[in-house]
Amino acid sequence: MNTENTHLEALQDIKQMMERSSRFISLSGLSGIAAGTCALIGAAVAYPIVNRSHLNTAERNPAELISYNHEFLIKDYTGSSLFTIAVCTLLAAICFAFLFTYLRSKKTNTPIWSASSRRLTLNVMLPLVAGGIYLFRLLQIGTYGLIAPGCLIFYGLALLNASKYTLREVRYLGICEIILGIINLWVIGNGIYFWAFGFGILHILYGIVMWWKYERKQ
Amino acid sequence: MKNPIEHLNKSFDNRIRLGIMSTLMVNDEVSFNELKELLNITDGNLASHLKGLEESGFIRVQKGFIGRKTNTTYAASKAGEKAFKAHLAALEEMIRSSK
Repeated sequence: MNTENTHLEALQDIKQMMERSSRFISLSGLSGIAAGTCALIGAAVAYPIVNRSHLNTAERNPAELISYNHEFLIKDYTGSSLFTIAVCTLLAAICFAFLFTYLRSKKTNTPIWSASSRRLTLNVMLPLVAGGIYLFRLLQIGTYGLIAPGCLIFYGLALLNASKYTLREVRYLGICEIILGIINLWVIGNGIYFWAFGFGILHILYGIVMWWKYERKQ
Repeated sequence: MKNPIEHLNKSFDNRIRLGIMSTLMVNDEVSFNELKELLNITDGNLASHLKGLEESGFIRVQKGFIGRKTNTTYAASKAGEKAFKAHLAALEEMIRSSK
């Protein structure tokens, strides 16, 4: 009986070391919930502004919405308010996400800046930076309608790529974001709802599931 | 009667050596410092276990430099992979037979 337990322990050690050294598993579910909440607050703050410009463009057809160089829209989008909200939301979400993951890594006694987390960061950043540059060009050209779907699709691709280096479940979140982004391509003008759902509600759902699965018992 | 522990490898008897081999099985190469962080042990302790595994021919050692600092990386050798898999199979067998 005793030897059986030592062998089981040995197997568990092996499994743990294999995971710890190849995947970054300290990613906390609470990070997802916090980031999602930030996104929802950001969307709520941005809603009146988007709605105002939406009223102005509601009667235009989608093609016009995509390419129309609308002065009012340009001023509203780049003209600080929305842009500032987006940047603040992103920063807040990253800070909270980092905080909870940092706390978790302390708890599980895994280094937060290890080979596995470096690999994860690199693989998330590659699609995100490419997407960022693409979206920046869209903003410059004035095709605002494609910004929200673009955010969702590139973020989904980044998650899909990241899932090889962290918890496997991230993959499903990535796929959901991509699908949402693609649907959004045909419902241009409703970006804020898709944005709030993808970055807000999906993150919170994912966070709750992850927390329930991995952290509840600890 | 067949001895059930004949396939258990003495080299992997120790938790730290088991940890080193597990890490090397799923990573192409791992540096000394990464191993140290992962296993949470002292330099001397890690070095002596690595030496033991190297002498058994289970790991390959590659000495290099990052700037002026030495950077030694380790990888599992073919023999090491084979021995580790046999060890895992033996562990599995033992647990199954004692049920």
